[in-house]
Amino acid sequence: MRYVGKRVLQAVLVLWGLITVIFFVLHLIPGDPVRAVLGGRASDATVQQVREQLGLDRPLPEQYLRFLTDIVQGNLGTSLALNDQVSHVLGQRLLPSILLIAYGMFFAVLIGVPLGIQAALRPNRAADHIIRLQTTFLFGMPTFWLALVLALLFGLVLGWFPVSGYQTGLGGILRSLTLPALTLGLSLVVIVTRTLRSNLIEVLKSEYIEAARSRGLSERRVIVKHALRNAAMPTLTILSTIIGYLIGSTVVLEQVFRIPGAGSLLVQSILRHDYQTVRAVALLSGLVVIAAGLSADLLQAILDPRVRLAR
Amino acid sequence: MRATQPPVPVAVEQKSFVLRAVTSVRELPRSVHIGLVIVIIMVFAAVFAPLLAPYGPDDLNFGASLLPPSPAHLMGTDENGRDLFSRCLYALRLDFLVVFFVTYVSLPFGVVVGAVAGYCGRAADSVIARVTDIMVAVPFLVLVAAVVAVVGPGMTGVLIAVPIISWAMYARLARSEMLVLRELAYMDACIALGFSRFRTIFRHGVPNLLRSSLVFSTVDLMGNLLLLAGLSFLGLGAQPPQSELGAIIADGQSYILTAWWLATLPGLVLVLFGIGVGMVGEGLSDGRVAGRSA
Repeated sequence: MRYVGKRVLQAVLVLWGLITVIFFVLHLIPGDPVRAVLGGRASDATVQQVREQLGLDRPLPEQYLRFLTDIVQGNLGTSLALNDQVSHVLGQRLLPSILLIAYGMFFAVLIGVPLGIQAALRPNRAADHIIRLQTTFLFGMPTFWLALVLALLFGLVLGWFPVSGYQTGLGGILRSLTLPALTLGLSLVVIVTRTLRSNLIEVLKSEYIEAARSRGLSERRVIVKHALRNAAMPTLTILSTIIGYLIGSTVVLEQVFRIPGAGSLLVQSILRHDYQTVRAVALLSGLVVIAAGLSADLLQAILDPRVRLAR
Repeated sequence: MRATQPPVPVAVEQKSFVLRAVTSVRELPRSVHIGLVIVIIMVFAAVFAPLLAPYGPDDLNFGASLLPPSPAHLMGTDENGRDLFSRCLYALRLDFLVVFFVTYVSLPFGVVVGAVAGYCGRAADSVIARVTDIMVAVPFLVLVAAVVAVVGPGMTGVLIAVPIISWAMYARLARSEMLVLRELAYMDACIALGFSRFRTIFRHGVPNLLRSSLVFSTVDLMGNLLLLAGLSFLGLGAQPPQSELGAIIADGQSYILTAWWLATLPGLVLVLFGIGVGMVGEGLSDGRVAGRSA
């Protein structure tokens, strides 16, 4: 229990630091967000009025305190460009992004797990070579480019999936998210297969696997029930640490496939200088990363008593 | 003081440095050689783009718009009749320049901060450790995009935003290496000899922890290249008429059915470079492991 408390406290501290960093990065960089959103033709008086309205004319420490209390109360501010509550705008855009990430992870597991198992069981055979090829090719491959190629192939040439837009209904959502999710999944497969492969090889060397085999269990049972269960945990931890990369990818993918998610909201907000919304998206994505790391650690502590006792 | 440095081995090492470098390159696995050739050719092509490009990057020729790849236009032409091959060469030039700058501005800063934090420990160390935790927590692209939101779309935003964030990775690396180094006997010897902290850290510590940061910087270089291309693809990085690979791909997106080469071929340039860098990186880490065990 002490470990859990310590870990939660640490996460809260990092979150506070994140809020602080975002605040200061956005406030210390030269550039006037109010003038940017109002345009060059706005009169000085208007600019001044909006600045006062947003509290931007107050001293920096006071602005910081207000920002902090607002966030604690769940108030993300008002978007100047959209004339709406940021939390309201953001709330409408969250679901597609969450579905996209979950669907992408599903593809990554669907392709990556069998490949990783094969590669671990038969080193230097087909699956192992596929992993090596993937690693080589995907290293320099931009996600947006892979997305375009998949869209060209499966969307335009074969006509299997829509290449842009977001349809309604469960079937429609799944159909319109398939290509972006597949892109996301493919860019993740390398990480899944490589970690699973090395963990599985490590686990297969251990004594309890030998014991399971000597008890006469079938090889299938040994791998699925005994080895995979222990090799899966580090793989999950890795997935939780790359959630930041995943969020970055969805920003690009939502733009390519014209999906109205939080990522495309971010890009649109930047282009219309709506920095309240940008700030909120940055904050939220950081929160997701911190929460993912925290839950992975806690899950591991529940499943593996050594983690709890070691610290 | 001078007598503490044995002069003979140092002299021998310096004499044969070039020779040693050549032989050690020769002994590396073949994949490293192939990778090196790819990387060197592409860097040369980028540096000498004005000499190598058959056309100017912005030469309009409306009589030759949307031509497929041919000997006259190796990668075809775009809707304005601009030669895609020439544009890609110039794009590589811009990409490499920006990426090299942002990566190697972040590296020394991060290494210095990390080394000092790791050596001095205590409060400074905990602060740095937490700050890097935070920097690593936010999705890189999102934070860079947030900075771009304030500075405004364009290369300036990228040039400011990337170093602000990516020094943290180097600081993390250098700090963890320094924590190990600090415990070694030769660092104790530095203190015993009465060297200043500055000299201990920078003359004797940093050279030994630089390697991991340099190795990481090759991966980081590729990551920054993809980031820059991604930002430009989104319209937040390079602005027209600058030729940048991500921006070129974004332009080609609307012609993907009629002129497939516009969006696909520039991406292959990035993939090829990634293959080169990846082969070098992978081979080097394998080679090091083999060398260590031998």
